[in-house]
Amino acid sequence: MYIYDEIDQRLVDERVRQFRGQTERFLAGKLSEEEFRALRLRNGLYIQRYAPMLRIAIPYGLLSTKQLRKLAEITRKYDRGYGHFSTRQNMQLNWPKLEQVPDILAELATVQMHAIQTSGNSFRNITTDHFAGVARDEIVDSFVWCEIIRQWSTFHPEFSFLPRKFKIALNGGRSDRAAVAVHDIGLHAIKDERGEIGFKVLVGGGLGRTPMIGVVIREFLPWRHLLTYLEAILRVYNRYGRRDNIHKARIKILVKERGADKFREEVEAEWAQIKDGPATLILEELARVAARFTRPSYERLPNLDLAAIAIPGFGAWAKRNVHPHKVSGYAAVTLSLKKTGVPPGDVTAEQMEAIADLADRYSFGELRVSHEQNLVLADVRQSDLVTVWREARQLGLATPNLGLLTNIIACPGGDFCALANAKSIPVAEAIQRRFDDLDYLHDIGELDLNISGCMNACGHHHIGHIGILGVDKNGEEWYQIEIGGNQGEIRPGTKAALGKVIGPSFARAQVPDVIERLIECYLERRDSDVERFVDVVHRIGIEPFKERVYGSTDQAATRRHRERAVA
Amino acid sequence: MAALIKQRRVVTESAPSPEGEVLRLEPTDDPASVVGKLDRVARVEVNFPKFGDGRGFSVGRLLRERYGYKGELRAVGHITRDHLFFMESVGFDAFELREGEDPHEALAAFNDFSESYQASPARPQPLFRRRAQ
Repeated sequence: MYIYDEIDQRLVDERVRQFRGQTERFLAGKLSEEEFRALRLRNGLYIQRYAPMLRIAIPYGLLSTKQLRKLAEITRKYDRGYGHFSTRQNMQLNWPKLEQVPDILAELATVQMHAIQTSGNSFRNITTDHFAGVARDEIVDSFVWCEIIRQWSTFHPEFSFLPRKFKIALNGGRSDRAAVAVHDIGLHAIKDERGEIGFKVLVGGGLGRTPMIGVVIREFLPWRHLLTYLEAILRVYNRYGRRDNIHKARIKILVKERGADKFREEVEAEWAQIKDGPATLILEELARVAARFTRPSYERLPNLDLAAIAIPGFGAWAKRNVHPHKVSGYAAVTLSLKKTGVPPGDVTAEQMEAIADLADRYSFGELRVSHEQNLVLADVRQSDLVTVWREARQLGLATPNLGLLTNIIACPGGDFCALANAKSIPVAEAIQRRFDDLDYLHDIGELDLNISGCMNACGHHHIGHIGILGVDKNGEEWYQIEIGGNQGEIRPGTKAALGKVIGPSFARAQVPDVIERLIECYLERRDSDVERFVDVVHRIGIEPFKERVYGSTDQAATRRHRERAVA
Repeated sequence: MAALIKQRRVVTESAPSPEGEVLRLEPTDDPASVVGKLDRVARVEVNFPKFGDGRGFSVGRLLRERYGYKGELRAVGHITRDHLFFMESVGFDAFELREGEDPHEALAAFNDFSESYQASPARPQPLFRRRAQ
């Protein structure tokens, strides 16, 4: 954890006071709806379908057990005893009362938490790889860089009223586990031939209704220039980004309308004016921020052969949910929040406390929220894995499905969200029920299935290997299906890609059948079990899949009928 | 007449300024285009046509930081107390508040925050450099 210094704490406390005043002015009629809307949004407060929704920041997904216990307490005291982890590594409460939000923020501030800029037309939470600091392929510890950017982007006086929201992702390893290509700015840490650290800078990626893959505007930005370069990009965007149409206001539209080369020229020209200025980073600051992070004090331990542990059920979990660690004798563990029948990312207050106990006992009192809406214990002794597995299983957090089809990413959807066209949670559940055979699931192999309830794409459907989008047809919920999306270069050579729509949409009840047909098509066509679903789509195109889904509706109906009769 | 704050004081402006002395910039105007006039004007006004339109923050900052403007820099348009801290940080020193905003209550907003992480005309050194000293 980054531990606040006196100034960090003071700023968060001052924000609580400011927002309390704004809420009181609104309730007293001194602020208009429109004005208060802009102000409450930058404190994460939405007015939702049934109640306000409060989005609490979990900067770069890193959380201490003290904070998690506070979140549990808050959900009990001010909400309905559960919270929802979002794809942007934050936590959302669905039932707070507007007039109590300042009190919630004050409670959060006591554990160095806040809801600053979790919504609205401002810098959002900086997201990163959930294996930061422990991954074997690490180039830099991305948490340190994320914290530096967090401070720079918090209450930025020039950029607090941007044309639209602004999302920065930073990846510190060789594999891209932060989906940098689908963010307004993506930063990929690299070392040049002399060993100097810098960043590849991508701009203009994003999902939503106009999904785009970001373009590289700088191959190598030396680390000292990180903040001045960000400032140059933001100044160009703040001045020239469109403000006439909310749907064209993201930086991706500016990059597209200008063209990548012209945009790059403008940024470079602006940067030339401020390069080497006071915002140029210094080593002292890197050292200061790094030193304020708590670090696990690892023991010297040998690596164990996990495959040799012959306990039924453990092997499947270890294969999917245990990840290699850069320190010998340790492993990172994913606690799955994707149990069938539970909305993806939802966690109860009791679970939060139990998870905090687990993290205290086995992972140095810290955990991470992944953008796949799971929790990660990053520093578990390998010799504790069996115990952790047993305890996680009792808590319903050991579903061995990481990277598999049932590890579904889904937004809260029409059950909660005012924007949604369709529900997403029941669709996720129906698919999870259809694919409940673990052996079959493991045979299908790695597959990202993402569901969004509307084109705002909070469930990241464009970058799912299979993406499902809820659409409205004459007031009814229908679902469009895309295939071939990819969140980023997790494996070498597999670049970020947007999915392609396979054809007309489906009724909710049909969705599991369609997924099943896509999977059958894949299994028949794959070269070997190393070739993933998405690899096959990229190799043979979407046509064979389309044909399988739309060309054989009758056959499939007959087959399902037969299967049900057998069951 | 809209309430006016100058240098953190509520003031009343009795007579309108003479023609030609006030330079008014819209958010789409490029401050670079007025550089030659800056030492001859009584003040520069930057318009914020909507509550959420943040272009003027860049305009103000550039005027101060890049083009060396030292005179009165006034924010006009849809200005509420919630803008004041940031506007002052980027170099504004006069604020014409929107109708209905109490200027005396608004003065408190200059103290919404006691620090900023970033470099700005109000704090030329970013916090990390001041922390390092």
